Amino acid sequence: MFKIIHAQFLAPGIKRFVIEAPRIARKQKPGQFVILRIHEEGERIPITIENSEPARGTINIVVQSAGKTTHLLNSLDTGDEILDVVGPLGKPSEIANYGTVVVVGGGVGTAMAYPTAAALKRAGNRVLSIVGARNKELVILEHEMRAVSDALMITTDDGSYADKGFVTDKLRQLIGNGTRIDLVVAVGPIVMMRAVAEMTRKENIHTVVSLNPIMIDGTGMCGGCRVLVDGKSEFACVDGPEFDAHRVDFAVLVQRNAMYRDAEQRSMAEFERVAKKEAEDYDVERACAVASASRQGDQQ
Amino acid sequence: MSTTAKKSQNPLPMKERIKVPRQLMPEQPAEERAHNFEEVNLGFSPELAQQEAVRCLECAKPTCTVSCPVGVKVKEFVELIVVGDFLGAAAKIREDNVLPAITGRVCPQEDHCEGKCLLSKKVKPLGIGYLERFVADYEKRMGTHVVPNVQPTGKKIAVVGSGPSGLTVAGDLIQKGHKVRVFEALHELGGVLVYGIPEFRLPKQIIREQLDYMRGMGVDFETDVVVGRTVTIDELMGQEGYDAVYIGTGAGLPQFMNIPGEHLNGVYSANEFLTRINLMKAYKFPVYDEPMLDLHGKNVAVIGGGNTALDAIRSALRLGAAKAYVIYRRSDAEMPARAEEVHHARQEGIDFQMLTAPVEFLSDGKGWLTGARCVRMELGEPDASGRRRPVPIQGSEFDLPLSVAVIAIGTSANPIVQSTTPGLGTNKRGYIQADETSQRTTRKGVFAGGDIVTGSATVILAMGAGRRAASSIHEYLTTGEW
Repeated sequence: MFKIIHAQFLAPGIKRFVIEAPRIARKQKPGQFVILRIHEEGERIPITIENSEPARGTINIVVQSAGKTTHLLNSLDTGDEILDVVGPLGKPSEIANYGTVVVVGGGVGTAMAYPTAAALKRAGNRVLSIVGARNKELVILEHEMRAVSDALMITTDDGSYADKGFVTDKLRQLIGNGTRIDLVVAVGPIVMMRAVAEMTRKENIHTVVSLNPIMIDGTGMCGGCRVLVDGKSEFACVDGPEFDAHRVDFAVLVQRNAMYRDAEQRSMAEFERVAKKEAEDYDVERACAVASASRQGDQQ
Repeated sequence: MSTTAKKSQNPLPMKERIKVPRQLMPEQPAEERAHNFEEVNLGFSPELAQQEAVRCLECAKPTCTVSCPVGVKVKEFVELIVVGDFLGAAAKIREDNVLPAITGRVCPQEDHCEGKCLLSKKVKPLGIGYLERFVADYEKRMGTHVVPNVQPTGKKIAVVGSGPSGLTVAGDLIQKGHKVRVFEALHELGGVLVYGIPEFRLPKQIIREQLDYMRGMGVDFETDVVVGRTVTIDELMGQEGYDAVYIGTGAGLPQFMNIPGEHLNGVYSANEFLTRINLMKAYKFPVYDEPMLDLHGKNVAVIGGGNTALDAIRSALRLGAAKAYVIYRRSDAEMPARAEEVHHARQEGIDFQMLTAPVEFLSDGKGWLTGARCVRMELGEPDASGRRRPVPIQGSEFDLPLSVAVIAIGTSANPIVQSTTPGLGTNKRGYIQADETSQRTTRKGVFAGGDIVTGSATVILAMGAGRRAASSIHEYLTTGEW
């Protein structure tokens, strides 16, 4: 069991947990992730590590509600426990002094991009960060990203905060301005990573993306996380999760990630049905309790 | 005095023993079991066990024991069954094998003890596997595992991986008085015994009981630790103060065929398919959260001819597959699967497409599998494995309609421990180099065995390596000599 020391929503549906996991905290490096399981019938899901504090023996993870498991996870609070947390998994980001690095974080992907941006900054790079979200509320880790970036650009799809548009608009501007870019690191939704890859491919800018395929064990056994890289099978859990964006077949990634969409929707619908019923039962119980209390009051 | 000179307790004269037929294992009827995950074999009664045991010829040179990777004293335990001392028989097996309820079920006896049984020259071999299983189950029913009492040595050993090889090392070393802690990457203990081998062949309850027994002997277990990531071998031997480490991390990543369409939705590796079913219980979705594709009324094929392939396809059948095929590029004679499993699979209605190989997976144009284009093969000259090489027959292509295909053609080395342990020697294929007798690696105090050394093999071979490693670790810890 892994204890939640602190839990806090960063944005609607996006929660940060500080978890007691001393072994993982000692070893975590930027770019790595954990797999967790929250109850005996639970699935194993890969989750981003945002940060760790080895001295305190804690790791920070950032979770966005998407399906049943992430909804359940985000219903946990300070003092609760998580059944299994294993990691840090995957190869760490390759940190070196490349020169100028553009770090792109899309949505909750920003949490994965942040430790890499910080490490790149520490390694002496000029770090230009672009953070994108659907709207103002969903912009996360702005303060943290600003602290490790020489410049931070923010976009929102609806223009409710900072500049309206997509992260690729900012990247296009940088390229158009003639900014020298030695490396682009992009973490976020597949469509975003693919768009970044297509843009930098033309410019011949080395680009790294962090992939999040379907995964079970995460330890190099099951092969579920295979991705097509240069026409060959590679495994995100041991060969990745970071890959050269220009070699990744994003179409296959999109297709394989949709493999269980029906099941995921069914699971979520069932979860919502049960949650709704419990809430209704609770309301009925409370109504009964209130009614009986008032009756007792009458009698007195 | 050697036991051979002792008067036999077996009442039957030698000539009569060969006339007793090999007792049949009671099993669930094929048509029933094809739709459930209950164990296929039901086990011997004491009467059946004794009836089988009297067939033993009590050879002066027991080839069964010699050919057993862990050296079980077959003749002696069988004689104890003859006289009705079933607990004594179990204790006798435990001297050499800490997992008898497991090996009695999954060991390929035809390649070891039973394959070398003298009876098999004339009639069917002694049912050694069935007898081993019987005494292990009997002992469990009686609840009388004897936990040995030993003097602590003060030495600490870390075992990496809780599969058959790691459990064997742990079981042997704890009985020598060492402290043993087993690290497991997954959330559940047992390695391939839990994620790979299905319930109908090895009930998980058996493994849980085995683990309880080992806990009772004092073995510590820690799940959710990926050695190489969560903690390194160097840290185990440094900060954590272990005197020796045994690496038994098991089978690695699945191999694929590199044919077109392998990335279609509906194409699984056997490891993923079986992990979803056995470890994650995906077939109980949505009670369990892990999903898998619905197999009801679907055509499913497995590619490969080993135990993993048969486990996968027989699971698919139990999950409602309308047609369940084994596609294997060689012939019956070359199939590496256990004979009993092939026999059971045929009884259950698995369709074996022998001398056949897929050349392409076919798509519906939207990313989903619709079938496999296959080619028939014929056997040519022997290849590097000594088996006759399958050669495609020109113009024999045909399409097999499929919704799910499971690839079970083997695995390659998991790189995590090797890539994070400086100085740990590996071979060309990335497996850990270990001495065949001592299981020593190129790093002082570090031993390895099982699939991470040999590549995919069997439970009993992994246990054999564990056995050798345990004795060699004990010697190293006692003498300090490397």
